[in-house]
Amino acid sequence: MKWTYNNRANAIYFIIAAFLLLLPFVHDSRSLFILLTQVFIFSIFAMSYDLLLGFTGIVSFGHAMYFGIGAYAIGVFMKRYEPTNLNFVLAILTTILLTAIISFFVGLLTLRLKSHFYAMLTLSLSGLFLVLAEKWRTLTYGNDGFTFRVPEILKDRTDFYFICLICMIAVFLILSRFTNSPVGRVLQAIRENEQRTESLGYQVLHYKIIASIISGIFAGIAGILYAVSLRFVNTSVFALDITLDALLMTIIGGVGTLVGAIIGAGLIEFAHHWLTALAKEHWIFERWIIFFGIIYILAVMFFPLGIVGTLKSINWKRRKKPDVKKEEKLAG
Amino acid sequence: MMTTLIETKDLTITFGGHIAVDGVTIAVPKNHFKSIIGPNGAGKTTFFNLLSGQLSPSKGSILFNGKDITKFTPTKRTREGIGRSFQITNVFPNLTVLENVRLAVQSQRGLRYTMFSHFKKYKDFETKSIDWLKLVLLDEKKDSLAKNLAHGEKRKLEIAMLLALETEVLLLDEPTAGMSLEEVPAILEVIKKIKEQGNRTIILIEHKMDMILDLSDSVMVLFNGRLLADGTPNEIMQNELVQSAYLGGLHDE
Ligand SMILES: Nc1ncnc2c1ncn2[C@@H]1O[C@H](COP(=O)(O)OP(=O)(O)OP(=O)(O)O)[C@@H](O)[C@H]1O
Ligand SMILES: [Mg+2]
Repeated sequence: MKWTYNNRANAIYFIIAAFLLLLPFVHDSRSLFILLTQVFIFSIFAMSYDLLLGFTGIVSFGHAMYFGIGAYAIGVFMKRYEPTNLNFVLAILTTILLTAIISFFVGLLTLRLKSHFYAMLTLSLSGLFLVLAEKWRTLTYGNDGFTFRVPEILKDRTDFYFICLICMIAVFLILSRFTNSPVGRVLQAIRENEQRTESLGYQVLHYKIIASIISGIFAGIAGILYAVSLRFVNTSVFALDITLDALLMTIIGGVGTLVGAIIGAGLIEFAHHWLTALAKEHWIFERWIIFFGIIYILAVMFFPLGIVGTLKSINWKRRKKPDVKKEEKLAG
Repeated sequence: MMTTLIETKDLTITFGGHIAVDGVTIAVPKNHFKSIIGPNGAGKTTFFNLLSGQLSPSKGSILFNGKDITKFTPTKRTREGIGRSFQITNVFPNLTVLENVRLAVQSQRGLRYTMFSHFKKYKDFETKSIDWLKLVLLDEKKDSLAKNLAHGEKRKLEIAMLLALETEVLLLDEPTAGMSLEEVPAILEVIKKIKEQGNRTIILIEHKMDMILDLSDSVMVLFNGRLLADGTPNEIMQNELVQSAYLGGLHDE
């Protein structure tokens, strides 16, 4: 039963992926591709956040710091040095290194700090990065940020669309595999009951650090892609809004499911786009954060499991009945 | 022959001004079956928390196989071979029953840091988990979420998770509490079977004294955090102090 469910889900993912891969060949709307590219980038970011929030049960309000590190790493490399492929790779390696080191120490803090203190601490840490980006003007050009050129291969919008799509699929596959590995299973145990996980003989801190590092690295990669898509970076990449976006995307899509993070990213990005367009009609739509607030409250009240979680539970209920009958027959 | 496995020396813990466990000194030989009895609030669970590392003592020490483990974390103590079950059910609510036990089996097999192979690859973990579930008569519920189990079933899951760790020492905190009367004999049978295998050291907390008297090699009585008596079941039954204190306490309930 489980098997058929998984198979059907896999078939749906495959069809959607194939559709997205073929789309540029049959359709060409520049603004749609730019929008979809954003969806892919934020899907990566939201999945990385979900690894913490949904799978390990760690609430962080500082996820933007990894995103920002990625964005600035690529920006600085492309601005200061030639925008070559080699420098692009170096920027990626720098991002991985920096995010890994920082997320290691941030993960270490979970040892001392319980949930909300940890959330507050990560919030102020990312605030620290924001200030750093403002003040280190020689490198960051302060608040205003800077534009930069990108390597030849990233110049074409359609190519970049494919790159982001493939990155998203790759991250999805890697994280699916990871969350279903023995380590990933322990993460979910920690989310459920930390103390019991300990008394089963697992060193909880090690797992939190592993989750923190993997999550941090992928958030950094999302940041790289984001900056490349704009060819511009400023301090807004460290802003709380970025973290809140990830939070909304995972909660609306469904915490603890990677597909949920992708669906959430799609919904938020599209909603964002439409509301911005509507803002020309009426000023109220400019305050899109109000709408997101309302959506968020409604989601938490009526779909606490998120979209994917709710769908799953409906499916499950429908299947249960015939199953019971079967069991009765077997018994009788 | 009677090598001591677990030893506590003057083990004491205070919460605020209240002394929950008060200078308890015991020695449990290898492969021994010891029961702990005592009225509500006597400090039995707290004593377990000290043994398993959930709490650290204000005073005194714990030796395991002659090694001082007083400062060890719960994780480390489990790996050393002290496993426990909890009086207040303590499982993973949103995971399936099978997954709850599978996590214990995974830890027992020492598969702790494998990141990119699928957990289903270790098929025998699942088979083993189902065996444990069969033992406690819970295999039919393997696909239910733990939070959807009835209270008695959660108690069984709790025991299956402990057994799956296959630790040398089993600390059982009122394993049958909250089970329906029909279920109790089956669980006692499981405990009896493990005892008969003869390679485990078992410490069991139980309220219903009559139930465990014939299983136990020794019984210790806690009262107000103090060790009131420690001896064979017969000695304890005859002990006047126990009669007046503990049995008196029982009638209060
Ligand atoms: N973490 C704690 N903080 C403060 N007081 C505690 C704590 N744990 C236990 N106590 C107190 O210590 C005393 C002993 O409690 P304990 O749970 O060990 O009793 P028990 O013998 O297991 O009782 P029961 O038979 O009801 O399970 C009680 O008075 C309890 O209120
Ligand atoms: Mg107790």
